[in-house]
Amino acid sequence: MKADQTLDCIGLYCPMPIYKTAQKIKELKSGQVLEIIADDKGIKKDMPAWCNSTGNECLGIEDKDGEIHTYVKKK
Amino acid sequence: MGDKDKLTMVVFSGELDRALAAFILATTAASMDMQVTIFFTFWGLNVVKKNEGAIKSKGWMRKMFNRMNRGGTKRLALSHFHMLGLGEVMIKKLMKEIKHPTLDELIKMSHDMGVKLVACTTSCGLMGLPEDSFRPEVESLAGAAYFLDEARTSKITLFI
Repeated sequence: MKADQTLDCIGLYCPMPIYKTAQKIKELKSGQVLEIIADDKGIKKDMPAWCNSTGNECLGIEDKDGEIHTYVKKK
Repeated sequence: MGDKDKLTMVVFSGELDRALAAFILATTAASMDMQVTIFFTFWGLNVVKKNEGAIKSKGWMRKMFNRMNRGGTKRLALSHFHMLGLGEVMIKKLMKEIKHPTLDELIKMSHDMGVKLVACTTSCGLMGLPEDSFRPEVESLAGAAYFLDEARTSKITLFI
């Protein structure tokens, strides 16, 4: 999947990936896609929940050997 | 602000682990576009007391009390396995290892995201804590009615 910007959250645990995503998404324009790379498994549940709360769209989650890539489209 | 979901918490406890839980929820909720208010009462006031400088209370009982119960983020104990401070040192080391923000960092992050920190006036009066006992992130002092009015209109309320 193609992303406009990437956020590296490798090695970080809750609440940091969500916190950083909320900060980073401000830099994107509506419709742009942010890729978040994390290795805390919690992100698989947390990112869809964050999207559900904020109205952004979770386009997909890909687990590449424990490196979890999440794609979020800004509302 | 009016149409945002609200999370309102009471922090009654003054331990490091409980305070971390409260501020992890606060920063996450603020990241989820929620409006967050935290009320600090009783031992919870220790979480938001300033770390440096004297706390000037009046009367020998309150003076003694605040010497024994000084508070401030760097003096908080763990609720379990404190082991005279050894447990606390270890948990802080482990947090650093996983790059977890410290309680101070979480408080600053919360404040920057607009989380409201409120100290309970009754506890302040009881314990003899003047307004300058607290760190600058504490924006106001209020009583139970203010909390209840916030809580009444909140989607989520927690007592920690």
